[in-house]
Amino acid sequence: MATIKTEFEKLRSTDVWRTIFRSGSGSSNLHRSQAVQQNIFLHLFSVKIRSRALEFSATWYLGALTLSTFFVLIATGILLMFYYHPSVPQAYADMKDLQFVVASGVFLRNLHRWSAHAMVFLVFAHMFKVFYRGAYRPPRQFNWVIGVFLLLLTLLLSYTGYLLPWDQLSFWAVTVGSNIAKAVPLMGKQIRFLMLGGNEVNANALLRFYVLHCVILPLTAILLVGVHFWRIRKDGGLHVPEKKTP
Amino acid sequence: MTEDPKMQETKIQAEVQSDVRKNPRRIAFILRRASPHVKTQDDARVMTYPTALSRFVIALEVAFLLLVWISLLVNAPLEGIADPMHTPNPAKAPWYFLGLQELLHYFPPVVAGVLVPGLVVGALIVIPYFNINIEGESLWAKDRKRRLMIISAVLVLFCLFLLAYDVIVALVPTLLIGVLMLWSARFSSESPRLVQRWLFSKPLSFWIMSWFLIELTVLTVVGTFFRGPGWGWILPWQS
Repeated sequence: MATIKTEFEKLRSTDVWRTIFRSGSGSSNLHRSQAVQQNIFLHLFSVKIRSRALEFSATWYLGALTLSTFFVLIATGILLMFYYHPSVPQAYADMKDLQFVVASGVFLRNLHRWSAHAMVFLVFAHMFKVFYRGAYRPPRQFNWVIGVFLLLLTLLLSYTGYLLPWDQLSFWAVTVGSNIAKAVPLMGKQIRFLMLGGNEVNANALLRFYVLHCVILPLTAILLVGVHFWRIRKDGGLHVPEKKTP
Repeated sequence: MTEDPKMQETKIQAEVQSDVRKNPRRIAFILRRASPHVKTQDDARVMTYPTALSRFVIALEVAFLLLVWISLLVNAPLEGIADPMHTPNPAKAPWYFLGLQELLHYFPPVVAGVLVPGLVVGALIVIPYFNINIEGESLWAKDRKRRLMIISAVLVLFCLFLLAYDVIVALVPTLLIGVLMLWSARFSSESPRLVQRWLFSKPLSFWIMSWFLIELTVLTVVGTFFRGPGWGWILPWQS
């Protein structure tokens, strides 16, 4: 164990490592601050965090868990894209291939599907937790609004993904949903046409849902998640309720 | 020009030399409206790296292990190939839309599919922009009699509306929350029991959100497990 540690320290002090992580080795607070500030992903967050905000009861880690499912979904989603053609009837044949031909194909699809359901559930849970904690209050109003849009995006991501297997379940679920879009006053039919690329759920709809599911919605979600995290720092860190003065 | 004190406040200007070599001072302007006013200053803090980050990694691993475990045990559903000629009965939306589909059973699509979700999303967005939600004052802190009258009237009308459309599924949670809400008016901040004081202290937004949470749960559970062919009642273990 000790040798691994010293070897790692040696690696961290090499010139090449120092070109990648400029904060260098060392465990002072300065080094640790720089490790956050000088990392493109971590710099969204503040360098320090109130320890009360890290207690389990404060957040139940619902935001972190939601992000975790999102990571799993991106990883499994990319792998699934290698085996999937968004065309009729090939899409369904690809599902069968995942089931019988692709190594661990069933597991891959299971992991993607259950993570998707988990993410929808966790996003709702996160929202209610934030509400009951009162964490939407100033100065965090706008981050709450971004959160509502992220909820909608999550639902849309899940809904567009639902069609892709092209089985009876997905076809009729999306038919039910798109019929609701038709009920929008004045331009319901146009909205439905835009959504499906036709008047019914067919190959065009599958292609549209595929592009939305794999490109447009994930990119938008990643962007908004970035803003959502950055706003935590800008709005004064994770919410902790004020200590009651005795 | 104007005597408005707010205008005068924003008129304050500071002259700063732009040549930093000559004049290396820095001035930070913290405008009252734009600043993150953190009230608790004396809180203990830890470093994001590594403390918070390692907590996140643990959360990620726990989530990942659970999902892998579920994925090894339960297979994702896959039915026959999509067939536009053969409608399954019932044709169900994904579970998170089944609350809406349940409402669709009672109300025309323009109400259940457009108006209700639109209102829900709108209501969620505006929550932080109303002072009443920010102050979080007890519903019964002032005007108790008048508020009691208004809320009772709204509740009775809403229940009658639900009854008129036969929406028993939505009526039960409404009655539950409504009764609790009116009951909480009997208490005060000096009530003997903690539950009573807790119920009394709740603001209107708490009651509305809790009502929404319970409705959402009940409608989704009913739509998912208790609805069968022709959207009729069914028990989950029958199929």
